[in-house]
Amino acid sequence: MIFLTMALSGLLGLGSAGVSAAEAVEGSAKSDKLEQCVEPTSVMRRNHFEFIKHQRDLTVHEGIRGSKYSLAGCVDCHAKKDSSGKFVPVNEEGQFCDECHDYVAVDLKCFECHATVPREK
Amino acid sequence: MSMSKIEQQGRREFLKKAAIGSAVTIAPGVMLHSLSAEAAPRTEPVTGKVRWGMLVDANKCADGCNDCVAACDKENGLDLVDMPEGADESQWERQRPRWIRQITLKDNLTGRLTHLPMMCQHCEEPPCADVCPTGASFRRADGIVMVDRHICIGCRYCMMACPYKARSFIHAEVAEKLTHTPRGKGCVESCNFCVHRLDNGQTTTACQDACKHQAIVFGDLNDPQSAVSQALKKYPSVAIRDDLKLNPGVRYSNI
Repeated sequence: MIFLTMALSGLLGLGSAGVSAAEAVEGSAKSDKLEQCVEPTSVMRRNHFEFIKHQRDLTVHEGIRGSKYSLAGCVDCHAKKDSSGKFVPVNEEGQFCDECHDYVAVDLKCFECHATVPREK
Repeated sequence: MSMSKIEQQGRREFLKKAAIGSAVTIAPGVMLHSLSAEAAPRTEPVTGKVRWGMLVDANKCADGCNDCVAACDKENGLDLVDMPEGADESQWERQRPRWIRQITLKDNLTGRLTHLPMMCQHCEEPPCADVCPTGASFRRADGIVMVDRHICIGCRYCMMACPYKARSFIHAEVAEKLTHTPRGKGCVESCNFCVHRLDNGQTTTACQDACKHQAIVFGDLNDPQSAVSQALKKYPSVAIRDDLKLNPGVRYSNI
């Protein structure tokens, strides 16, 4: 992730680009305080889409919501807050999901329907 | 239902234990069990052992009351869907997503008015699933008829096929969504018996909780001890458009 950020910054010749990125407070996401994700970081980097893709069918068709992998879980953990304590959407420019997906030109469709900030309640 | 005696016994014991401490009487002989103590996200696939269903008492449903619709809108984020820019307001009222509609029936002979909430009837033989070209409309093992938005292409055949006019289409991008009810442009949706609640161990729907007239009883049709089975046993009820032989999971009494 750090590598990608650096590469991105290098390419664009900016700091973490975008207005919203500047607003998000570093270290304000839950994940910043955790040792690792639901799998080791290297596994997550390589396979997170596989995990979520299979999990979505299990949830919609079989009702399984207690599984280790979930998109809501990604958002819950990786969304940063801005200085006023409000969550910044994970798909905004420079945020957790967008940061890499933008770099590798992944056209992300999850958030056309799914919530981009942690669950209400 | 094909449960063995022993299995049934086990189930009853479980329900008895679960009911201790949290049972509410809603009508003589009809109990509402709350299993909140065991509430946890589901880890095993749903099975046909349970069939979720509902009984609506149209006599208790009051004229002008909109509580179930409002509760449904809030629970499922329907109130977050804004009118598309430049849309016609009267058209929007007809086309906005609604999972429950308040219906008034009039008997032309007697003039008697009946009010009832109309939503997805969760048919055993859902016509929406029959006509769906992609398999997005489907019936879950526990009887809930839903749309898998990952594979819905928005053709709206299901909306044409549904005899209950229960489905809505999302015409424009939705800015704000709830975590438990994803929603996006180009997909059809309808009542799913608050499936996120059921999968997380709750046993009530938002409309049922909101109905101060207690016109809605929800539960497992396969469990003879459930509130809904007991109520169905006790009171006469009908399936709307029974002639289509769809065996809906939602029944009405006093219409």
